[in-house]
Formats: sequence, structure tokens, C-alpha cells
Amino acid sequence: MHKAVAAPELSGTSNQAAEVPIDWMERLRPYLYVAPAMLFFALFFFFPIGYVIYLSFFDWSLLNLEEMEWVGLGNFTALMAEEDFWQVLGNTLIYTVVTVGLGILLSFMLALWLNRKAKVYGIVQAAVFSPHIVSLVSIAMLWMWLMDPQYGLLNAILEMVGLPGYSWLSDTKSAMVSLILVSIWKGVGYNTLVFIAGMQSIPKDIYEAADLDHSPWWRTLTRITIPMLSPTMFFLLVINTVSSFQVFDTIYIMTQGGPVNSTNMLVFYIYEQGMDFYNGGAASAASVILLAMVGFLTWLHFRLMEKRVHYR
Amino acid sequence: MARVVLNQVTKSFANQQVVKGINLLIPDGSFTVLVGPSGCGKSTTLRMIAGLESATGGEILIGDQTVNQLPPGKRDVAMVFQNYALYPTMNVYDNIAYGLRNRGTSKKECQVLVEEIAEIVGLTQYLKRKPSQLSGGQRQRVALARAMVKKPKVFLMDEPLSNLDAKLRNQMRVELTSLHKQLGSTFIYVTHDQVEAMTMGDQIVVMSEGNIMQVAAPLELYQEPDNLFVAQFIGSPAMNIVKDEENSAVVWGFRPEKAQLLAESAAPASSIEQRVLRGTVISREILGAESLCHVETEKGRIVVKVDTEISIQMGTHVQVIVDAANIYEFDRATGKRIGKGVGRVGQHALAGGMV
Repeated sequence: MHKAVAAPELSGTSNQAAEVPIDWMERLRPYLYVAPAMLFFALFFFFPIGYVIYLSFFDWSLLNLEEMEWVGLGNFTALMAEEDFWQVLGNTLIYTVVTVGLGILLSFMLALWLNRKAKVYGIVQAAVFSPHIVSLVSIAMLWMWLMDPQYGLLNAILEMVGLPGYSWLSDTKSAMVSLILVSIWKGVGYNTLVFIAGMQSIPKDIYEAADLDHSPWWRTLTRITIPMLSPTMFFLLVINTVSSFQVFDTIYIMTQGGPVNSTNMLVFYIYEQGMDFYNGGAASAASVILLAMVGFLTWLHFRLMEKRVHYR
Repeated sequence: MARVVLNQVTKSFANQQVVKGINLLIPDGSFTVLVGPSGCGKSTTLRMIAGLESATGGEILIGDQTVNQLPPGKRDVAMVFQNYALYPTMNVYDNIAYGLRNRGTSKKECQVLVEEIAEIVGLTQYLKRKPSQLSGGQRQRVALARAMVKKPKVFLMDEPLSNLDAKLRNQMRVELTSLHKQLGSTFIYVTHDQVEAMTMGDQIVVMSEGNIMQVAAPLELYQEPDNLFVAQFIGSPAMNIVKDEENSAVVWGFRPEKAQLLAESAAPASSIEQRVLRGTVISREILGAESLCHVETEKGRIVVKVDTEISIQMGTHVQVIVDAANIYEFDRATGKRIGKGVGRVGQHALAGGMV
């Protein structure tokens, strides 16, 4: 940039300019400054991504790393041909859509309710947020007990009010619902807090102007609050989608992908392929597919929201 | 159009009383300015009239109706905020039309009204733009248009010009005054800037620490302040205040522009009653056509406004001469003006009689 601006001026005095030696140190200096950071990124971000893509073109086993056979896109075509893999993809998609959709809706409503000054609301905010700071493993264990068909608290409550017990994690139909429930419960506090922060950054005088304009509450909500929260909503949508795609802990502890593969999702599938079946090729290929999907979804979010998101 | 009446209105925030039982009549069609230093309760008073704050005590009437219990949207008032408070996600058209739509005005009528107002404030070509794409002055116009389109009984303005640069501020000041004449509605305008207050208001309410210090027209406020606070708050630079030698219960004051500087040796013309202070010139600020001379006298520092052409050396010993007609006396303890009803001694009209 600097050089481009200087060039026309120099052309008039080209004789002198030619004599000025190029100061290589001066040119290198900025690159040297950013080198440590770039090195860090290269080592811990770009290299692993490149390496997993490289690995996905080989048939290899974790048991014998000496023998790697180049198969090109073979790992991918094998995955595509497998019915289980399609089920895993479907599970991941359903889980993500429901978790993100319901989670954000619920958080938004909670935030609307909790965004007030009284002390009680602060206490409720803290309570709602608390699951976020607890380790997911502990949470999974806790919910396993809550959802135990015989000794669990949830069924005990259902029985108390005269309803039949629910099978929760042990039924192919209800296991997914249970996982989604836990995930929403865990995530809702963080989302609510981010929403509340977003709501508090909307200038008060805009609401006062709306009051003076005799705006009914629902129109204030749809015409002012929601549009002004669109950056917050967009941010939550992206991070929730990405984290839902990568769900692992709860599956590993609560269902192990079962029953009958009904809660098996991408990351757990990759783990299974690599660590249980030592099938490095399939695991790498599935990782690349996960990367591509998350990347595509993020890009799509940006494209879709570009025009609708309001940044000030 | 309507008058606004405040009856013993108080406002407290967490045990602290910020408005202390004020009584005020704002006549129908007047341009009333609430002015005072920050924290004097002027904005709170305005917000109580708007309904954005509820009055802790007392009664607020708009027209003949008590509005204490009415929500802001039902008081038939419109407000222009200091930060404009435009709806950032809506374009200019929607910003202006929003209040109309909430009243159930039809789309067609909305369009007619909005376009009419946009024409008046010169926004016609910007109707499709978002507030973020407008300059400060244009945003201010949108805020005005949004208020005007509702044809309210009362316009409320909370320091609407303080975010504009000096040039634009002067221009908007003139525009607002002529807008007031054109609409004939009641305007209530809050500012901390006495120049704005003096140039725009036909009734000025000076407030301090939650109380009203004086309500008067601009000229009367300048010429006949009720108390020390008003005397020092209105007029720039502030009135000089001096202790009285003979009577310790009284202080007297005079405006910097109403005093004369004479050389120490000169004999003052003694035909009229005058007071004389002796001192030394310690500094001089040149404002343009006029300069401010700071004089250290035996009774404290005094500012005198003089013609810039007069050359004065620092350290010169001078006499400050004030005609008795330009002297105001105040009770030292209460700050109240003494003998206001009687008038100042020898107060005179322009030569040749009243204009």
C-alpha cells in the first residue's frame, strides 16, 4: 500500500530513486513481528487440518501406523455407501436443529423475563446460568440418575402426578429427546446471559421514544427489540450450531450412541471408528466431512444473515 | 395545543428529592425553556410531564386533564431526545410513521402526512435511508419530524441541540424558533445553555437544586433577577458580587458590561450617584470587539467588559465605576433581591424615552 502511493512521486525523480538501496530489514520487520503468532496458528490450527485431510486419503489403522495405503476418495465412497453413516448424519442434523432452535427460543423468552432490575431476577439469572459452569460429564451423570427408569427423580415425579413413567434413555424414540433436553438445559443459561447483555445494550431512550409513540408491547418487541438483537441472535446461532454439531460427552456417558445407533452422531462416530475399530481412514474422512459441514453452515449463516443483521 | 400546569410536583429517587415541590404554569402556545446547571431537576421535570418518570407527589395537568396516571403514549405529547433516539432498524419514513401507525392511521393517510412533514424539514430525499446513514443535523430533523407528524398538544425537547456542532446549533436554534411560530403549539425546552434559553424562550424557568428560582421573560431575567443565583447564572460573564462595607447583611452586584474603567487619577463625573472600587488590572481576555479585564480590588476580583480598542497595561491601577442605576442589592443570608419592586435607583430608559 505504502509503496503504491509513493510510486508516482518517485517516477519524476527516478535517477535518485534508483540509487536508494532497498532496506531489506525494514521490509522484513513487520513479518518478523507477526511470525510467532503465525507459527502458533500454523502449528496448532492449519497443520492439523491439513494433516487430517491428508490422512483421509489413506487406508490406515491406529494399530499399525507403518502401513498406509493410498486409496484416494475411497474412504469417502465407503462412508457414503454405509447406511449407519447416513443415520449418524441424520441424527446430528435433527439434534442440531432442535437443540439450537428450541434452545435459542427458550433463552430469548427467559431473557425477556429476566431482564429486570429487582434482586430476584439476578438470583434467577445466576441459577439459570449455573449449569454452564458445571462440567458436562457431571451433568451427564446427574441426568442419567434423574432419567433412570426405575430410581430416577423424573419418573418418580411423573408417577406422583399419576402419569406413566417414561423410558428416557433406554428407548430408541426417547433417547434423542433426552439428549436434546440435557443439552438445552446446559446451554440455556449462557444463551440467556448473552441475550440479556444484548438487551441491555439497547439504548433506553429508544424504548422511551416508543412509549411516547404509543407502541404496543408486541410491536416494540417485533419492531425494536428483535431487530436490534439480530447481531446477538446471529452470534448465538453460529456458536450453538457449531457446538451442537460437535456433541460428544453426553453421548459417550449417557447412551454410547444407542440404543440401536439412534443417538450416534458425527463426533461420536469418528471416535468409534478411530478408537474402537482402529479404522483411521474412515475416522479421518468423517472428520473432513464434519469440518466441511460446519464450515458450510457457518458460511451459510453469514450469507443469510448478511442483509438481515443490523449492526450499528 | 394546551397549557401545562405543575402543582406542588415532587420527585424522589431512593430517598433523595430531586424536584422539591414546584409550581409552574406553562401558558398555551408559549416557548418555555427550563434552564439550570446539571442536576437541577430540569430534565426530570420534563420527563415527568412526558410521563417517562412518575411524579412522587403533586399534580400535572395538560390542558384541563390531570395526566399523572396516563401512560406517555396517551398524553398527546411528543418529545425530541438529546441523542435523537431514532429507531436504528427502521428507515426515515418508518421512523416518522411509527407513531401514526400505532394510532391506527391508515397507510394512505400516513404517507400523505409523512411526506408533508418530510417536505417541511427537508428530508424528502432521505426517506429511504437508515438513521446510521444520516448526519447529525439530518438525524435531528428526523427526530423533529417524528414529533411534528403526531401534531401533539405539547412538544418536549431535552437538550436537542447539544450533540450538534456550533454552526449547526445556531442554525437549528433559529429554525426551531420559527417552527414554534408556525405551529403555535406549546414548546417546553430543556437546556443548560443560557444562550439557548435567552434566544429561544419567551418564558424562562431558572432551576437550581430542585427548586424554581425565577420564571420570567428573557429581558426581565437579565434586568431584574429575583435572587443571587439567577443574577449569576444569567449573563456571561457572571455578575460581579461585592460585600457591602456598611451593612454586612447585604451584598451588591453589577454586570461586567455596566461598569467603567477609569485611570486612578481621573476624577469621576459626580453628577449622578456612583460607586467606586479601586484596584489593579491583573489580566485581560480579548473576545473580539470586547475584552474582559480582571481587576483585583480591595473587595475581591472583579470582571469588567471594555472596548477592545482601549489599551490597558497589566498592573495599571484603575478605578471601577458603577452607576447606582446598575447596582443590584441582595440579602446575604437568603440571596433574595432587596428592593426589586421599588426599582433600581435612578434606573433610566434610553435617551429620548422608552423605545
